[in-house]
Amino acid sequence: MRFQIQAGDIEHGGSASARIKSELTRSGVDPSTARRVGIVSFEAEMNLIVYSDRGGSLTVRVEPEAVVVEIEDSGPGIEDIELAMTPGYSTAPEWATDLGFGAGMGLANMKVNADGFEIWSQPGEGTRITCRIDRAGSAAPGRKEGHETE
Amino acid sequence: MRLDELASVIGGDTLVQGTRENPEIGYAFAADLLSDVLALTEGEDRTTLVTGMISPQVMRVADILGIAAIVVVRGKTPPPSMIEYATELGMPLLTTKKTMFETCGVMYANGVRPCRIRPVHKTRDCR
Repeated sequence: MRFQIQAGDIEHGGSASARIKSELTRSGVDPSTARRVGIVSFEAEMNLIVYSDRGGSLTVRVEPEAVVVEIEDSGPGIEDIELAMTPGYSTAPEWATDLGFGAGMGLANMKVNADGFEIWSQPGEGTRITCRIDRAGSAAPGRKEGHETE
Repeated sequence: MRLDELASVIGGDTLVQGTRENPEIGYAFAADLLSDVLALTEGEDRTTLVTGMISPQVMRVADILGIAAIVVVRGKTPPPSMIEYATELGMPLLTTKKTMFETCGVMYANGVRPCRIRPVHKTRDCR
């Protein structure tokens, strides 16, 4: 599933993520995994709406053992990723906080809900984030052991 | 406490009954900050969200989390789109003229307890 999210489109904020969760549930992904994917994509979607210059893409890929969420925009980029990841740190405009968003929990919450989190950002170029959410039903003993030996 | 008892003690109106018959309301989380709702609540299928927000995002957050019921406080009137969304989800939607503080106080006094707060767990890199 791929969605193009428009910058500033607060009216539809979260609608792509609600659809993602619904589609995942319908296609047999367990509710717990679908919920975590929904949270990650909701945070990503709101970040694109509130912070990006020209919006960006939100892509969800279902794999046998995980669901991968990829977010990409073309700016403005994040100056200090570590600071942006700090819970409570926010540069959100007032219109976003008036609607209950921009509390500085977004990136941190994405990381908390993901089993894998990778972020790349360059000021003036853009931001790319990849989150992997392991599917609850796929945690077979063999697979888990594989992770531990990595 | 059951849903009908909740409506009674908060002096609330039940706009959407939901699909489950008079469900148990055991836990709650109260916030206008949807970022916090997304970040902190856990065990949502038994958790009632108490909020003063009536934006479309409230329902989308509640939908994604699988919240059990929503109580809109401070006499706010949910727009038709919110009522329709709750109806589609089968999610109970109540309103009360009480403030968030008083609503929470009354709910707590009647046995409703805080929902679990999500623990932070370690993450690994994607590759």
